[in-house]
Amino acid sequence: MAKKILIVDDEPNIVLSLEFMMKREGYEVAVAGDGEAALAQVASFVPDLVLLDVMMPKKSGYEVCQLLRADPARAGLKIVMLTAKGRDSEVAKGMALGADAYVTKPFATRDLVAQVKSLLA
Amino acid sequence: MNARLRFLLALGVLVLLITGPFLATAGIVLAELHDEAERAAFLATIDRWLPVGGLMTIVALFLGSHLLRLLFKQYVRGLMGMAEHLRVMLGANRDFRVAIEGPPEVQELARAANALAEQRNTLLDDVEARIATASASVAAEKNRLAALMSQLALGVIVCNLDGRILLYNQRARLQFRALAQGAPGLAGGALIGLGRSIFAILERAQIAHVLENIRQRLDKGSAEPVANFITTTRAGQLLRAQMAPVLAAGEGETGKPSISGYVLTIENITKNFEREAQRDQALQSLTDGSRAALGTIRAAVENLISDPAMEAGYRERFVAIIAEEAAGMSERLQRTMNEFADSLKTRWPLEDVLGGDIVAAAQRRIEEKLGLPTKPETLDAGLWIRADSFALIQAIVFLAARLQDHYDIRELRFRLQAEEHMAFIDLIWSGTTVSSETLYTWELEAMNVTGESSPLTLRDVIERHGGEIWYQREKAAHRAFFRFVLPVATQPAAAQESATPVTHGESRPEYYDFDLFTFSDSRIDLDRKLTDLVNAAVNTETTGLEPSAGDEIIQIGAVRALNGRLLRQEAIDQIIDPRIPLKPAGIPIHGITEDMVRGQPTIDVVLPVFHEFCADTVLVAHNAAFDMRFLQLKEARTGLKFDQPVLDTLLLSAVIHPNQESHKLEAIAARLGIDVIGRHTALGDAFVTGEVFLRMIPLLAEQGIHTLREALDAARQTYYARVKY
Repeated sequence: MAKKILIVDDEPNIVLSLEFMMKREGYEVAVAGDGEAALAQVASFVPDLVLLDVMMPKKSGYEVCQLLRADPARAGLKIVMLTAKGRDSEVAKGMALGADAYVTKPFATRDLVAQVKSLLA
Repeated sequence: MNARLRFLLALGVLVLLITGPFLATAGIVLAELHDEAERAAFLATIDRWLPVGGLMTIVALFLGSHLLRLLFKQYVRGLMGMAEHLRVMLGANRDFRVAIEGPPEVQELARAANALAEQRNTLLDDVEARIATASASVAAEKNRLAALMSQLALGVIVCNLDGRILLYNQRARLQFRALAQGAPGLAGGALIGLGRSIFAILERAQIAHVLENIRQRLDKGSAEPVANFITTTRAGQLLRAQMAPVLAAGEGETGKPSISGYVLTIENITKNFEREAQRDQALQSLTDGSRAALGTIRAAVENLISDPAMEAGYRERFVAIIAEEAAGMSERLQRTMNEFADSLKTRWPLEDVLGGDIVAAAQRRIEEKLGLPTKPETLDAGLWIRADSFALIQAIVFLAARLQDHYDIRELRFRLQAEEHMAFIDLIWSGTTVSSETLYTWELEAMNVTGESSPLTLRDVIERHGGEIWYQREKAAHRAFFRFVLPVATQPAAAQESATPVTHGESRPEYYDFDLFTFSDSRIDLDRKLTDLVNAAVNTETTGLEPSAGDEIIQIGAVRALNGRLLRQEAIDQIIDPRIPLKPAGIPIHGITEDMVRGQPTIDVVLPVFHEFCADTVLVAHNAAFDMRFLQLKEARTGLKFDQPVLDTLLLSAVIHPNQESHKLEAIAARLGIDVIGRHTALGDAFVTGEVFLRMIPLLAEQGIHTLREALDAARQTYYARVKY
């Protein structure tokens, strides 16, 4: 059975690319446009990995990440933060809050795909 | 025994002298007569002549006592009055002279006293001249230091260990004036002043911490026991301060230098900080803002590349995304550039200077160094630019030299103008045209002018300013020019302020008082010596004389005094809108009209600042009860209490000179030799009152009144103290 990936980002332009890439790799994909929708989708769609943007309306990526990590039932869920915030301190925060990987935009699609594959292997 | 008692005694003796011999003779005769008949005849005779004798005695008594009174008044009282005058001469006003009046002997004495005073004056003048010569060099040195300090562009404040301010400079004053609240007339007095506490401005704990830091460094033998800190004021301003210790002369007990105070250099960096923050924000918006868009574009492009056989629908959507994101990015970049244009300029430290000054300096150097005539054409006199003035002038002179050497120009003209945020300095010449490549070559050469070489190129200088330079022709006029483009500066506030002349020009600047090094703890102690008192002379002008009937304060004047010196810079001079019509009768007295009070702050605004001004300070006022009554009537509404001790110069004058008729301020000032200028303005009267009090201190000391408590007690006991408002 194909692994499931939830893409969380409020910008549809990047979502289209991500969706396209992940589907091409054979993953099952769902999309959420903000933090709250992301939490709802995690409950209903039950993804194996979340591609999580940091700057979003309602709940930031940091908050979503923290909430997901606080739930022991989802210990196996992989989280990849995907953001435009590239300072060392922000990377450190993302990792500290429990992200498995922190990818800053712009990124090479090949690298991102490799990263996702290795996390889901 | 006082004069009055002696007078009564003398009167008694007179009565005895006049009636005594008569009564004694009558008694002796009566005792000698043994025959009843003779005795009766004698008594009858006496009885007959008694009314005449009695009348004569009474008349004699009357004449005698009158004579006695006259003599007493002319000699004793006259001499007492003269003694007071002599004391004035001795203590306060040596040019005062005793009036030549009264009986010839007293007049003679007065003349002799005046002659003595004259002689004393000559001697004193001589001594003073010698002292003045001797101390002139010391004073000059001190003044030079103070003048130097006052001209520094950095705020400097020197404090003793208790945080009392011993010295401050003009810049520090302006910096903190900007932080003070209220109307401009008030701000001069508040916050910073000699003898005031620095803790009104800076946190006590912070200062203590930094001081401790310095002490530790000193203990470790650090060569540079200096500490820096950044702090915020109550008004939210950001200050960068440096503290350096003032070491006591001689060594402390431990053999290590001991600290007797500290020097604070203070710079208000709120503006710099805002600029910095803006720059950060610009950077942030450029990087983070671009990341997302770039990420989207890159992902789309890579998708397109990796999948050449992508179905047409997807391909179109990806291409549209790329176009959209790229357009958005361009727009954002443009917006950022516009918004943060100023903050993105080079970070070379530039100063705000008048463009005209740069041009004038460049002209001078060109004429001196190159012998090339120059002429200003159009100069925008009020144009401030941000520039590294030294490098800029060097660049201008360099260009002038090149033009002279290569193109043999005869005259160089200058034009200075502004266009929005850009200032233009044009170097104009007529005749010869230059090829535009020439300027490009010159831009990259090291700037060498008549043997003076600079490591910089013209291009470096231009870049340092975030500016530009180009060559342009005015074909119609057969002229050409080089144009420097430089950033325009907003006119700095400090420059505006310092242009206002110092109104009370005196030979000795009042920004410092090093005697305060040994002066600590300013809290009001009733046993403090009058000579050590920090006081503020206060005067109010009012709409009328009846505070309880609704009269209001319309002007407050106050000036601080410290260590026997009136601090004319530390004054409050404020007109107040009483919110009621002025009484026509009062206007000729105080000279304040309706027009003057309208639009001025109300008492609710002024009183808090005035209250702060008076903190830890003894108030001095002439007929203080009047002024205090007005202030006290406001207590309930403003909640501000003026409960410090108040000294009244009217009452103190009555203490010093009980035998003088007038205790009006003018009369006292005249007695004590004080020039009265600007009477009946609140500040003018406050100056006079303050000066009067300072001159009274030695006179009070002659009467054994040395402390604040003694002065208050003595004043309370005078007759005038019983008049109430």
